[in-house]
Amino acid sequence: MIDKDVIKIKVDNLKKSYGTLDVLKDISTEIHKGEVVCVIGPSGSGKSTFLRCLNKLEKVTSGKVVIDGTDITLKQTNINHVRENIGMVFQHFNLFNNLNILDNLTLAPVQLKKCSKEEAVSRAREMLEKVGLADKESSFPSQLSGGQKQRVAIARALCMQPDIMLFDEPTSALDPEMVGEVLQVMKNLAADGMTMVIVTHEMGFAREVADRVIFMDGGYIVEEGTPQEVLLSPKEERTIDFLNKVL
Amino acid sequence: MIKIITVYGTLLLVALGRTLLLALLGLFFACIIGMIFGIMGVLKNRPCNIISQIFVDVIRGVPMIVLAFFVYFGIPYFFNTIIGGFSINLTALQAGTICLALNCGAYMAEIVRAGIQSVDKGQMEAARSLGLTYGMAMRKVVLPQAIRTMIPTFINQFIITLKDTSILSVIGFPELVNTAKNVQANTFMSFQTWAIVGIMYLIVITILSRSAKVLERRLSVDR
Repeated sequence: MIDKDVIKIKVDNLKKSYGTLDVLKDISTEIHKGEVVCVIGPSGSGKSTFLRCLNKLEKVTSGKVVIDGTDITLKQTNINHVRENIGMVFQHFNLFNNLNILDNLTLAPVQLKKCSKEEAVSRAREMLEKVGLADKESSFPSQLSGGQKQRVAIARALCMQPDIMLFDEPTSALDPEMVGEVLQVMKNLAADGMTMVIVTHEMGFAREVADRVIFMDGGYIVEEGTPQEVLLSPKEERTIDFLNKVL
Repeated sequence: MIKIITVYGTLLLVALGRTLLLALLGLFFACIIGMIFGIMGVLKNRPCNIISQIFVDVIRGVPMIVLAFFVYFGIPYFFNTIIGGFSINLTALQAGTICLALNCGAYMAEIVRAGIQSVDKGQMEAARSLGLTYGMAMRKVVLPQAIRTMIPTFINQFIITLKDTSILSVIGFPELVNTAKNVQANTFMSFQTWAIVGIMYLIVITILSRSAKVLERRLSVDR
């Protein structure tokens, strides 16, 4: 599934600080087409910030983030254009509360003139079908359960037909019985060959689906490798410590 | 009481009409001013934030009666006499409208700013992450939600502004209070006159606040 010849995301010496607080100290990595990367680590390790730097929701302090050959840290890069190809799913869903589900899905494609209204609607329905919520298109976000909201959020991102998907702790705000349905949707996406970067605490999911696991702590990538390497036979002290606490 | 109503009733009703006209004109421009300065207050742009804050602070820090005198007498004097070469004359209605628009606009700006800031910032982030511009996200996602939370405070501000029109009697606009003063001077029936005027305000404002309640309830249905 992984196309080693195509680098979708390249991060070079990425640093991010808020005032005097250095959140990301020196991050470099490459993510290939079709690769599923899970980012794990203790809270405050900078993993969410790292993810948010990949579509410039956070402005980087120094270093480079290159998406499909475009350096998004450059001022002249049209970030909106780059973001159209990067879907993002948030911990707290962030569905547009003022719009019904169908409008949530069609807003961006229609506003950005990616396609006609009719096409947008038919694609939205297709995506809702895909996440198993075809019957909810005229509901409002407040009428859905957490798991349903998150599946809609994934469908919304997919409606822009992105080739990279970022997930920021997509199951952390869900009741335990709803985690499975969201992870299932993500597994299907991974199986379809989507390039995915997932910040998660779901170690089982990481082991099963990830091609690579990145363990972050204190603003650095401490260890990375296949799930077997990082999760089952970690080499670094801090990784071992962390895994002992969460497993 | 009866005499005042039969003799001066029409006069007072016309005056009430002028009060409403002044309030509506003032509110109309106040909404525009409030939107502009309110949005300037939330932009990620320091100069805009500062301009908005100064406007709000200055207007809120000056009593409206002072603002009224300043606009009606001070501004024409400044241009016509101090600078010279102008012959600006504001009618009481124009000056009154400017006054209300500025005064109410400053409070509106705060309402708009607070309303926008009350919308979870995840809404903006989600919209931006899809590639929407800041303006699109604001228009399609943030503002519709902000306006909903603003409506009760907006209507409260409308009521305050409607009552504030009475202050503009000092610059001679023949609105309700000014007219009532004349009625009182002619009849010497101060108790009756002011009771009637009070009731007139009360009726209009009650209608306004009741409809506000209905509107509020309707808007909260699909929340």
